[in-house]
Amino acid sequence: MITITEQKPFESILSSLGKIKSVYIIGCGSCATTLHTGGKSEVLEIKDKLEEAGKKVTGWMVIPTTCDQLTREALIENSTTIEAADAIVVMSCAFGVQTVNFYADKPAYPALNTLFVGKEERPGYFIEVCMQCGDCVLAQTAGICPLVRCAKSLLNGPCGGSEEGKCEVDPNTPCAWQLIIDRLAAVGQLDKLEEIEPVKDWSTSHSGGPRKINIEESSE
Amino acid sequence: MKAGTNLEKVLESGRFAVTAEAGPPKGTSARVILRKAELLRPCCDAVNVTDNQTAIVRMSSLAGCVLLKQQDVDPVMQMVARDRNRIAIQSDVLGAVALGIGNILCLSGDHQQFGNHPSAKNVFDIDSIQLIQTLKNMRDEKKFICGEDVSGEVSIYIGAAANPFADPFEFRVTRLAKKVKAGADFIQTQAIYDIAKFRKWMEMVRDRGLDEQVHILAGVIPIRSVGMARYMRDYVAGVSVPDEIIKRMEEAEDAKVEGVRIPLEIIEQLKEIPGVHGIHIMAVGWEDIVPEIVEAAGLLPRPVL
Repeated sequence: MITITEQKPFESILSSLGKIKSVYIIGCGSCATTLHTGGKSEVLEIKDKLEEAGKKVTGWMVIPTTCDQLTREALIENSTTIEAADAIVVMSCAFGVQTVNFYADKPAYPALNTLFVGKEERPGYFIEVCMQCGDCVLAQTAGICPLVRCAKSLLNGPCGGSEEGKCEVDPNTPCAWQLIIDRLAAVGQLDKLEEIEPVKDWSTSHSGGPRKINIEESSE
Repeated sequence: MKAGTNLEKVLESGRFAVTAEAGPPKGTSARVILRKAELLRPCCDAVNVTDNQTAIVRMSSLAGCVLLKQQDVDPVMQMVARDRNRIAIQSDVLGAVALGIGNILCLSGDHQQFGNHPSAKNVFDIDSIQLIQTLKNMRDEKKFICGEDVSGEVSIYIGAAANPFADPFEFRVTRLAKKVKAGADFIQTQAIYDIAKFRKWMEMVRDRGLDEQVHILAGVIPIRSVGMARYMRDYVAGVSVPDEIIKRMEEAEDAKVEGVRIPLEIIEQLKEIPGVHGIHIMAVGWEDIVPEIVEAAGLLPRPVL
């Protein structure tokens, strides 16, 4: 499992910085390094570009895992150069950007877009397989999630646009329901297709503000 | 009678039904709908109003249906799951019934990527089968999805779509069975050009006895030009246009004449297939041709019940 990011277009980073003159750059040694979106070499690349665009770069670092608590220590250690900047450009996923924003006195600006939490299906190929809906349906769907893999999130698919195993929305994407039917056939559970999956309870998903859990309380 | 609509009366009396599609305008003109009502009233038992088809913004299906109803045309309100959550869907159903709309066709909806607002967020809170179930529950149990009571009668005749040509083929009849189980009273199919494949599908439908439980109206799309035939073959997912049809259109002296001759031949064959209880003509942007087709197919006059 890895958080998938892509770099924002440089123009868009520049435009979000607006009148800000000096920046400190933070990269991330975890997912963003693996994906070549926010590792050391990307940090140095963007440093050059920002300087070319007339921004002053007061310093930079690559934090091993930007989204964890140790980011606080890293910010303290480098406080002098960070203090000299008007803002921090963060080359990590949105978890890292928000962690920096939480601990730093300077505003944090994202240099990456956070796309999804992905599974590496084959080397270098990442795919979204779970949307964290909070009410897992995999028992009914042969271990393949139609909510995230079907363009229409159909629980009783496939729709009329499934053609030769592909989704009508993108011929490079397999139809989720073709995958489910193939898998049900392989495990001898095709009869499950006859059952109507009822209306889903979306209240466990992104419907009511941030979801949170306190494992101390929930284990009581 | 579940809703007492003209379509229900025709189908329940065992007659061969004719429905057509009226696309609403990309604008505010009621005249567009009124003109289509005039044109289609004498030759159809009911007329569908599409719901932002191919995800292109148009006048709402509900408004279009009310305009048809005012012209004494029995409307079929198409309703997609793409744009509304369960709150909006149930609310629109109540409003539609209050305005005298009795037929509702439940669809998933074309993906927004194909339309004119590809950056829109889709909804798909419920899917088309759950939509059928929701409508049946509102009508028969007088209950909303949440379990609370609906006040007043929800007299609706519930429709659904079926595509015999999408994949996986073996599952297509299972999906129809699910729609029947969910509560569909009538089915309108995707356009049929590959009659052999459709026959095979209907055979599987009859094997499961589904033709006894639901009225199937076979979809027909008259082809206006060879370009349109090729476009449907190459770009419309789930439509199967055999090469023979393309060839006939290419070789035709007058493409429009051939484009009418082909659906007429298809209709002749459809009429003979056991379990087919009617046709649904989707003359996208060519509604003017519908009266001619219905007449030439020997399906006039339409019954007055």
